[in-house]
Amino acid sequence: MNVVSANIGQPVPRIDGFAKVTGQATYAAEPHPPGLLYGVIVNSLIARGRIEAIHDEAARAVPGVIEVMTHHNRPHTALFEKSYVDGLGVPGSPYRPLHDGEIHFNGQPVAVVFAETFEAAREAAMLIQVDYERWPHNADFDAALYQKYMPSKTRSNYVPPKTRGNASEAYALSPIKIEGRFHLAPEHHNPMEMHATTVIPEEDCTLTVWDKTQGPQAVQTYLASALSLSGNEVRVRNPYVGGAFGSGLRAQHNVFLAALGAKMLKRPIRVTLTRPQMFTHVFRPEAVMDIALAADRDGTLQSIIVEGVTDTSRFEHNMENLVIWGPIGYKCPNATADYKIAPRDTYTSSDMRAPGAATGVNLFEMAIDELAWACGMDPLAFRLHNYSEIDAMHNMPLTSNALREALLQGAERFGWNGRPPAPRSLRDGREFIGHGMAIGIWDAMFSPTAARARLTSDGRLHIATPASDIGTGTYTILAQTASEAFGIPIDRIDIELGDSTLPECPTEGGSWTAASAGAAVWLACQSLREKFLKALAKSENTPERIRQSEVTLTEGELRGVRDGRREVFSLQEALSFIGEASIEAEETAKPGLRGKISEMRKARFTHSAVFCEVRVDEELGIVRVTRLVNAVAAGRIMNPKTAASQVRGAMVMATGMALHEESLMDERYGRFMNHNFSEYHIPSHADIPEMDVLFVDEKDEEVSPLGIKGVGEIGMCGTAAAIANAIFHATGKRYRTLPIMPGA
Amino acid sequence: MNHASPTAPCRLRINGQHYAADLPPSVTLLDLLRERLDLTGTKKGCDHGQCGACTVLIDGKRVKSCLVLAVSIPDAAVITIEGINQDGQLHPMQQAFIDADAFQCGYCTPGQIMSAIALLEEDHAHSREEIREFMSGNLCRCGAYNGIVEAIEHVIAQQDQDSKGEAA
Ligand code: FES
Ligand code: FES
Repeated sequence: MNVVSANIGQPVPRIDGFAKVTGQATYAAEPHPPGLLYGVIVNSLIARGRIEAIHDEAARAVPGVIEVMTHHNRPHTALFEKSYVDGLGVPGSPYRPLHDGEIHFNGQPVAVVFAETFEAAREAAMLIQVDYERWPHNADFDAALYQKYMPSKTRSNYVPPKTRGNASEAYALSPIKIEGRFHLAPEHHNPMEMHATTVIPEEDCTLTVWDKTQGPQAVQTYLASALSLSGNEVRVRNPYVGGAFGSGLRAQHNVFLAALGAKMLKRPIRVTLTRPQMFTHVFRPEAVMDIALAADRDGTLQSIIVEGVTDTSRFEHNMENLVIWGPIGYKCPNATADYKIAPRDTYTSSDMRAPGAATGVNLFEMAIDELAWACGMDPLAFRLHNYSEIDAMHNMPLTSNALREALLQGAERFGWNGRPPAPRSLRDGREFIGHGMAIGIWDAMFSPTAARARLTSDGRLHIATPASDIGTGTYTILAQTASEAFGIPIDRIDIELGDSTLPECPTEGGSWTAASAGAAVWLACQSLREKFLKALAKSENTPERIRQSEVTLTEGELRGVRDGRREVFSLQEALSFIGEASIEAEETAKPGLRGKISEMRKARFTHSAVFCEVRVDEELGIVRVTRLVNAVAAGRIMNPKTAASQVRGAMVMATGMALHEESLMDERYGRFMNHNFSEYHIPSHADIPEMDVLFVDEKDEEVSPLGIKGVGEIGMCGTAAAIANAIFHATGKRYRTLPIMPGA
Repeated sequence: MNHASPTAPCRLRINGQHYAADLPPSVTLLDLLRERLDLTGTKKGCDHGQCGACTVLIDGKRVKSCLVLAVSIPDAAVITIEGINQDGQLHPMQQAFIDADAFQCGYCTPGQIMSAIALLEEDHAHSREEIREFMSGNLCRCGAYNGIVEAIEHVIAQQDQDSKGEAA
């Protein structure tokens, strides 16, 4: 596809900005149908066992309470377990809310109170008493490690590590080596908007479900199947999503319970999780990585050995691509990696922003930094010397790789040159200053997606695709794409997202939306344009003078030139010539044959180089990040403004990973105990310096139809390691566990 | 069956409009706005006073509305995000947020904007560090912090220019 950039690539302000700054954007917990009931979930206080009795008399006596739904009185749901499998396809037995009296994890919903007001439901929920038969559980990650295993059926997107050379022999023979156990604490996504669902039974007996999700179609399929409904009985909407970062990839229990409540009571229902309840479902798995690296004296990497484990629940086998990033990204002749998962009695861990790579890349880049130091080499020089131009694990070329440019341009922007190599050599008053860096890498993905374009008699172009904008700027970049592909100003475009009834689209996540939905919108608009111009040329009502001229469509106007005379007419006029109120086209973007061949022969990644300055208070150990530079190579950048915000946002989250975020398990109860924002710390304004994001020029016509690689995750990868490595440079102390809290 | 729950009178001025009703005392100002008055621009991010998404102005001061019981502030003047447009025009802070790309998902945004408006009144925005410090009660999980600070600085610069213009 040959694209001339007019609107694409411009820093267009978000088209959903007005709705968001005025408070008019409607999120899942905000539609307010008459007769709305509020559902408040009651959670299990034990991690394993069986419910013996639920005492709900006091709850039922609260004025305004309509019903208490438990596994005893819930309506019928699908019989077979497989009906509860959601789109993400984690192998195992999916959790079925209120299915029976068995408790699988602490925080599991055991009842839902429905009441006329939120206050009544909340009060009643607190009055419910549950008797349990307790069974032994294990929620301790270290203990779970003894039971680590590889499931017989792996997740569909799992990439098994491949061995090359003889890594243990090379390790034994190499003069310079490091080894150690690296660790990441579990983290919770904690989008600002808590998971919520509003279900509205419509007059035609269908359910409209407003849900906080990244995939309205996935939720629709899940609900229909789990509640034994037919697909067109459920419509899921999520036009605005208050962040998700992966927590909305799977259908969460709130949507199931709200829909079940609506089925039971035939009334509209709203269920909103509380912030503490946000710690009873998905989280980024805790991880350990045992990493051993060896090099020659000249700093040439000779051996990579990685063994990694992440945690999962007892009932599902969640997996990440944790250990592959070093073997892929470094041209080391000997490399081997191994991955397992460890079960504990919690809810299933899940994908969180840059799943696998956020953990795997950052921990590996901390180890690489140790090796560079052991070799007496500058960390940047070490990486320039050893990084791979290809996917070294599969020995496959890449569609493009501008990592070298990213490293050089990032270093230049940061002012890396002249950094004194020794730790503790920069200080300012009571603070040590440290400079660190790391490489980032993430998949560039593309999934088949459909989009519809419709031109209406008011001269506006309507684009529909069920992609979700979870803050990613999807509305805006799709409008830019449509504007350019059709030839119409952006203010005459309406973008409709987040509705399961729209054409088919994968769940938003993994940074594939821009490339995939972008390509679909491009195709749909091109096809509409062609169809429209053809119809115009064919219609009998089109005036002769126009029919016989060469008509072009730009800026939302039609121009014809005939015998040197110019004709300008509007889209509205043209539609009236055609005699249609509207005209539409739908297209699906798929890799195609050439794309499929390319996918077999070449790997595709985004890359980045992150540079960081920290200051560490010598006495208090307080770490402040004072400068961050990220040079990103991600193919074509649709909108440098929203793309930079995406990268910065991930860098903020990675700062949390490096310094703040840690969900603390109380093993006695199997519960994450710091379940609120004053104890689970996410970065605040005061923690975040100005972040300098630059996009390295990278033309890649092969990676996706528009040359887009996606920018949603890459900011996570490398940033936490750059901070950790800077802390070493500041203090001389190596930390191998994230988050790093020298002051704590 | 159920006996009615006790209520107390609630009298407020919300975005200039009088509001009076008898409410259960457990209704927070945030839930009153969102669930009973359909003013959903004010967001709930924690219900614990820890995130700032619910920030509104009460008698000109920024307050976390999840921590205020609606019946406990008789006759207070409450301004929410829905009430800051000036004659149908965006408030300069709203416009600055759009220009600086100071949000992504938009969920923390109304709270950030209300907080930022109050911040300028408080005279707590003399430097970037001060802005960051005094905006730290408003969390943004999307990490739009750079843009938010830029937006606030922009409005300050605009105000400075305007007042210079007036002085001249
Ligand atoms: S909802 Fe009030 S501070 Fe979070
Ligand atoms: S814009 Fe999403 S939380 Fe701030």
